[in-house]
Amino acid sequence: MIALLVRDMRLAMRAGGGFGLGLAFFLIVSTLVPFGVGPEAAILSRIAPGILWVGALLACLLSLDRIFQLDFEDGSLDLLATAPIPMEGTVAIKALAHWLVTGLPLTLAAPAFGALMNLQSPGHYWIFITLLIGTPALSMIGAFGAALTVGLKRGGLLLSLLVLPLYIPTLIFGAEAATRGTAGLSALTPLLMMAGITAGSIALLPFAAAAALRVNLR
Amino acid sequence: MSLWEFANPVKFMALSGKVLPWVIGLAALTLIPGLIWGFFFTPEATNFGNSVKIIYIHVPSAMMAINIWVMMLVTSLIWIVRRHHVSVRAAKAAALIGVTMTVIALITGAIWGEPMWGTYWAWDPRLTSFLILFLFYLGYMALWAAIENPDTAADLTSVLCIVGSVFALLSRYAVNFWNQGLHQGASLSMDREEHVANVYYLPLLLCIAGFILLFVALVLIRTRTELRLVRLHRLEIRERMKDA
Amino acid sequence: MEMRVDNLSVARGGVPVLEGVNFTLSAGHVLILRGPNGSGKTTLLRTLAGLQPPIAGHVSADPENITYGAHADGLKATLTVEENLRFWASVHGIDSIDAAVQGFNLTGLTHRPAGNLSAGQKRRLGLARLLVTGRPIWLLDEPTVSLDTASVGLFADAVRAHVAGGGTALIATHIDLGLQAETFDISPYRANGDRATPSPQRDRYADFDEAFT
Repeated sequence: MIALLVRDMRLAMRAGGGFGLGLAFFLIVSTLVPFGVGPEAAILSRIAPGILWVGALLACLLSLDRIFQLDFEDGSLDLLATAPIPMEGTVAIKALAHWLVTGLPLTLAAPAFGALMNLQSPGHYWIFITLLIGTPALSMIGAFGAALTVGLKRGGLLLSLLVLPLYIPTLIFGAEAATRGTAGLSALTPLLMMAGITAGSIALLPFAAAAALRVNLR
Repeated sequence: MSLWEFANPVKFMALSGKVLPWVIGLAALTLIPGLIWGFFFTPEATNFGNSVKIIYIHVPSAMMAINIWVMMLVTSLIWIVRRHHVSVRAAKAAALIGVTMTVIALITGAIWGEPMWGTYWAWDPRLTSFLILFLFYLGYMALWAAIENPDTAADLTSVLCIVGSVFALLSRYAVNFWNQGLHQGASLSMDREEHVANVYYLPLLLCIAGFILLFVALVLIRTRTELRLVRLHRLEIRERMKDA
Repeated sequence: MEMRVDNLSVARGGVPVLEGVNFTLSAGHVLILRGPNGSGKTTLLRTLAGLQPPIAGHVSADPENITYGAHADGLKATLTVEENLRFWASVHGIDSIDAAVQGFNLTGLTHRPAGNLSAGQKRRLGLARLLVTGRPIWLLDEPTVSLDTASVGLFADAVRAHVAGGGTALIATHIDLGLQAETFDISPYRANGDRATPSPQRDRYADFDEAFT
């Protein structure tokens, strides 16, 4: 399983811009929003946590179809399915690799990008914490969506359509926790709810995703 | 003889063919009088005016929007566990009716909301939940439409329906938490008994029964069509195999 | 290691393509699978490999003992030859890739990215993967595509060494590999599209047919 993780990380780095693309997209969203809503510092700092969350979520969405698609096309997925690694493990490792390549860099960059939107002092801390806890769920849910659409020729748009509704609870609790924390209110409840979603997704979705992959390999 | 025998396509086609005219007749017998009674023979509400009569469409369609998703969840589970073709085809058949009900509920809600609250749309938990439900229906139907092989599509959409149900439920709680109901959602339902008096209540019950029967009729018709489509797909493959 | 296949029926797209397939793949032997295009060779191999469920019948071998070599090699263009092999070796818990590298004459290529290889070299790398799985039963689908005569010889040697060590191989191919092998023709097992002939294997599908007669 570690060999699979190493291979996926290596592939992501050699493909050029595995880390870069999602981050660049996130930066562009953070730049565009002030153009859209105007430069008023008060408005920007109020919406900053929410915008950072939506931006991170969309950046995460961009690279989801690559989780299984390339391995499906070149036959690696067939070989992995017959390898001694359980399919659930393969799914979990691939979601982890996706998180390391997109979710983690986004989490690290978000506090810095917050400066573009006048994010106030405790906000940097909260956006980091909420994304750190929430983005693994985004990767895992995304891996499930990618497993459903892996056999399809043009699955990219469909993947977004399937995954975005599934992202709603994570987004609501994550953005709510970040907003409350930034405003100095208690953010414990939404934070715990989001952590619950993340834990539940990691525990259960590999089974659903592995089932979907097996169906798609038939 | 077990209930599962009706899940056999042969039995289903035979039985549904016999039952269908009766269900259609009953649906017409409840829905048409219910709507006429509700629209023309109930008094105008003192504080809402005539707009209140939209509840005869709004309330039943909103109920059906949720119930149909629950039915899809049950039939998807049956497909996963027992591999009954009728079950999963019924889920597919119900989805289009469910999404139509959701759209009707959203639109009638907006039409009613304007005179009631002075706005067509508010991010009220209940309204938001219906919008989210609409998105789940869309995703489910899009997945069906995208996959050519009927059995693969059946498996994948069933998995999506089960996972989607969990997340739809989570969304419901999340939305409640996110916006603790600035509007009194109760006015949309029958909770406000002082306003929804018996004069309104009886035709409403008739309309709800009518919508349920209408749904049963539509789902039977569509399930029969879906089963024929699977049959068609099989025949096409057989023909291709003969040529090969 | 032996693989017995009893009364196996396989389906593609929900429709049976082969019915009642029986054969035994015994240790130390090679079986050549033959049949016209579209007759279900790939479907049969994928079913035997455990990638899809059979609609009837039984396969005695555990998928854990089987490795499947498909048209697609599962190679990553940006990884080197060595990295590609090492990955599959460690997935299967094998330490050394030397035998695989030498067996398919890849020694001079180990540091080249797989994307830079010619079609024949890629194929050799794909076949070298078989040696790092350590599994006794090989199921191969057209393994000699884009191989030149010398490489076909290397492949035949590898198969010979594999079966000499107690392994076994089922190979779908149209060329003569120069191996001592029996031939298994699947044509007689093709499911006929005519549903007038009832077949116990088709029960799961038959209820669909009856519903519309």
